[in-house]
Amino acid sequence: MAAESGKIDPMHQFEVAPIGSGFDLGGQEIMFTNSALWMAVAAILLAVFMIGGMKRQLVPGRWQAAVEGFTNFIAGMTTQSIGSEGRKYTPYVFSLFMFILFCNLVGMLPLGVFGLHPFTATSHLAVTGVLALLSFSIVLIVGFWKHGLHFFSLFVPQGTPKVMLPLIVPIEFFSFMIRPFSLALRLFVAMTAGHLLLKVLSSFVISGFNADTLWLGSIVSVLSFTLMIGITALELLVAGIQAYVFALLTSLYINDAVNLH
Amino acid sequence: MPQIAQLTADNWYLASQLFWLLVIFASVYVVIGRGMLPKIEATVDARDRKVAGDLAAAKSAHAAADALEESYRQKNDAARADAQRVVTEAKDAAARDAEKRLAVIDAELAQKLASAEQEISAARTSAMAEVESVAAEAATDLVAKLSGVTVEQADAQQAVKAVIRG
Repeated sequence: MAAESGKIDPMHQFEVAPIGSGFDLGGQEIMFTNSALWMAVAAILLAVFMIGGMKRQLVPGRWQAAVEGFTNFIAGMTTQSIGSEGRKYTPYVFSLFMFILFCNLVGMLPLGVFGLHPFTATSHLAVTGVLALLSFSIVLIVGFWKHGLHFFSLFVPQGTPKVMLPLIVPIEFFSFMIRPFSLALRLFVAMTAGHLLLKVLSSFVISGFNADTLWLGSIVSVLSFTLMIGITALELLVAGIQAYVFALLTSLYINDAVNLH
Repeated sequence: MPQIAQLTADNWYLASQLFWLLVIFASVYVVIGRGMLPKIEATVDARDRKVAGDLAAAKSAHAAADALEESYRQKNDAARADAQRVVTEAKDAAARDAEKRLAVIDAELAQKLASAEQEISAARTSAMAEVESVAAEAATDLVAKLSGVTVEQADAQQAVKAVIRG
C-alpha cells in the first residue's frame, strides 16, 4: 500500500507496527501493535455477536438463532467427532473457531477506504502456530492424562502385522508430530496467499489506469477488477472454510487423544 | 516477509504478538467459551427439552383422546343395544297385552253369543208352546163348532203336538 517511488508493496499489509508505548515483561519489551489491535477488535466483535445471542428466549429471534446456529454447529462437530465426551471440549473448539473466523473476516473488511488498514492476525505464522500448538498440547495432555503410556498405542494402527511395525510406527509418529505444523501452515498460507493475491490484483487495477497506453491499461484494470470481485468472494469462503478446517481437525485430534483410534 | 522475519531471534514484535495473542485468546476462551457458550447451550437444551416434553404431552393427550373416543363409542353402542332391547321388550309386552285383551273380549263375546242363542232358543220353545196351546184351543173350538163334540184339552193338545212335530 505504502507506495514508495510509485511501487506498491503487497507485503506491506503484513507488517507489524507498534501503537503507543510498550512495557517490559521479563526483559522483553511488549508493545501494543496493529496485530494486537485487530485481534482485540475481532474478540470484541465476537463478544458483541455473542451478547446478541444471550437473550435466552424460548423462541429465538434472528440474532439469537444465528448465535445458536454457530454453537449448535460446533457442539455437533465435537460430539460427532469425539463422542459423548465431546461436550467438554466444545468451549475450546468454539473459541478457536469463532476467534479464527472473526480474525479472518475482520482482515477482509474494506476499511482501507477510510484510511484504516485491517490487519489479518491469522496471516501470521506465529499466531496460527501458537493456536496449533495449543491444540496439539491439549491433545498431548488429554492423551497422557487419560491413557498414560498407553497413549503410544496411537502409533500402532489396529491389525498391523508385527513385521511392519518398524516401518509403520515411525510413519505414524511422524504424521502425528507434523500435525501442529500442518495445522498452522494451512491457515497461515491460505490467508497470506489470498490477501497477497487481492493486493497484487488491486495494484494491477491502479497501475493499469496509470499506464502510458491508457486503453491497454484500462483493459487490464477492468479485467483485474472483475477477477478481484470473484476472488474476494472466494476469500470470504476461504475465511470460513479455514476456520472450520482448523476446528474440525482440532476436534479430530482430540478424538484421537480421548478414544485412541 | 514479515511472517517469517519475526521467527528470527532478534525480532522486536514476536514477543508482543505472542503476548497479546495469548491474552486475547485466553480472554475469548474464558469470557466467551466458558462464560457465554454454556448459557447459550443451556438455552438450546432447555428448548429441546421443552419441545420434546410438549411433543410427549401432545402424544399422550392424543392417546387419551383416542381412548376416550373408543370408550364413548362403546358406551354409545351399549346404549343403542339397550334401547333396542327395551323397544323390543315393550313391543313384545304390548303384543302380549293386546293378545290377552283380545282373548278376554273374544271370550266375553262368545259368552254373550251363547247366552243370546240360549235366550233365542228359550223364546222359540216358549213361543212354540204358546203356538201349541193356541192351536189346541183353536182346534177345540173348530171341532166344537163343526161337530159339536167337545174334545178334551189334553187330547187336543196331543193332537196338535203330533201335527206340529211331524
